[in-house]
Amino acid sequence: MSVERVTTVVVGAGHAGLAASHFLTARSIDHVVLERGEVANSWRRERWDSMRLLTPNWLTRLPGLAYAGPDPDGYLTAGEVSAFIEHFAAVARAPVRARTNVEHLGRTDTGYRLTTSGGELECRSVVLATGACNVPTVPAFAAAVPSGVEQLTPFGYRDPSSVPEGGVLVVGGSATGVQIAAELQRSGRQVVLSTGGHVRLPRLHRGRDVLWWMDRSGVWDQRYDEIEDLPRARRLPSPQLVGSPARETLDLNALTDLGVSLVGRWAAVRDGWALFSGGLRNVCSLADLKMNRLLSGFDQWAGITEPGVPLAPTRVPDRPRLRLDLRGGEIRTIVWATGFRPDYSWLDVPVLDGKGRLRHEGGVVDSPGLYALGLPLLRRRRSTFLNGIEDDARAVTDHLAGALAVAR
Amino acid sequence: MTTIDNGVNVQALLDAREALKSAPEAAQFTWRASSTWTKGVHSTTTVQKFFGLGQEQTHKNETVFAADHPEVFAAEDNGITPIEYLLVGLAGCLTAGVASVAQNRGIQLRSVEATVEGNHDIRGILGADSDVRNGFNDVKVTFHIDADASKEEIEALVAQSQKRSAVFDALTNPTDVTVEVA
Repeated sequence: MSVERVTTVVVGAGHAGLAASHFLTARSIDHVVLERGEVANSWRRERWDSMRLLTPNWLTRLPGLAYAGPDPDGYLTAGEVSAFIEHFAAVARAPVRARTNVEHLGRTDTGYRLTTSGGELECRSVVLATGACNVPTVPAFAAAVPSGVEQLTPFGYRDPSSVPEGGVLVVGGSATGVQIAAELQRSGRQVVLSTGGHVRLPRLHRGRDVLWWMDRSGVWDQRYDEIEDLPRARRLPSPQLVGSPARETLDLNALTDLGVSLVGRWAAVRDGWALFSGGLRNVCSLADLKMNRLLSGFDQWAGITEPGVPLAPTRVPDRPRLRLDLRGGEIRTIVWATGFRPDYSWLDVPVLDGKGRLRHEGGVVDSPGLYALGLPLLRRRRSTFLNGIEDDARAVTDHLAGALAVAR
Repeated sequence: MTTIDNGVNVQALLDAREALKSAPEAAQFTWRASSTWTKGVHSTTTVQKFFGLGQEQTHKNETVFAADHPEVFAAEDNGITPIEYLLVGLAGCLTAGVASVAQNRGIQLRSVEATVEGNHDIRGILGADSDVRNGFNDVKVTFHIDADASKEEIEALVAQSQKRSAVFDALTNPTDVTVEVA
């Protein structure tokens, strides 16, 4: 079988891969965008029904395309996000090959060779834009959960009607965990939320979306090489936010008001019992302190000296439960909102560290001609969000084009 | 900036953190204690040797701890109650954390005092009520800290100290414990 040659291959036709394609086209670098499914595949298939973007619409922008609808302060639904990305692919005339799965990527003397479900490709450079959330991560002790309890990840969760009747233990205090916990509790189920370290944020600060403050105050512009503990910052769970039309705050106090019961980090399963950490009060006070520092930093930046309405400290139950009998019938379902990881099983280039993370400097991967886009805090704090891709994709394709020119 | 000094060599700790990132085997420590029964519920435990950084290590001095029970337990009270040693460990660990974090954050401490209270329903250990656990019902630590820092900064010191505390973790999370007869 003949091997097709192209200068650059982009893997993944989500917002990151398409943004790369936009800048590659602008530089007349011939390339293809390989996509295992369809454009914006994970937004189509790997999101629960009610999920919306955490960023408001006025922040919804990709290179040369911004949200232009009637509700700049609203939040796109997952379906609207995939439509927006699909529109971007069309406008950018991205050379997308849908339903082309990359099965292997290895080095050659002059670049890379890819084995795909549609044949072999050789190229000088590759942009990995396959996303950070390919596989839900679940702790090893999930295997010790009694078989009568149903276990779901966010990939399997669609809406409350897809969850068996009965109590639910939601594990994880990220945006995913708090959103699913709230939705299930509102559907009439008794929800227990287990949380370790988490990021608390109010939806609005002094009447403006908290992400407006992140955007304008310069917090989101902080570069990866200015961050003290970068691995930790990249691992941070998503903030406790929800993009709802009511612009409500969805922190642990809001969940307590709904009737959700809070327990500490789930530490182990012993004899059919879930054992939770007794450190709930500490993780809550760390989150409160961190939030208050961030918000007073915003005020300082804006020159506001008049004190705002302080947010109530997180209310922790007087006696948080330390264990729960998983055989007792109280919990019928567990939803693991315990994070995601990228899938690099097809990547046969030695660029992963001991923990399976990609070694890269601001998207320039530790192998000549290999690049990454669309990962948390790739180049700046903004990189984690849709609106961060423009600067990242421009910088990464600049480097890619420079390397091609030197090699020529 | 004036130099602050809480007597913690933070640089050595930060250097160790960097060095151990690439040498996880050197980070494996084993702490040891050896005890001998004296009489009644009185025992004596000594601590001197431990293993770490790939080799046997020794404290400068051997320390001897007497454990007994108070007279209200019909014992001779030759030493503190074993469960009280957990409070000693927690106070020592959190206080060390406060000093280290303060040094790292450039906060001069003048005094750090902590009281630790463990609430204990002894019907558990007596077997008087099978619904009562043997260990603490809960533990409360109260810090009084005098430092060149705001209230929020002091609260953050205490919160961070818990986040990195070995004893706080050992008390709040389950640990697999094996007890065997050799």
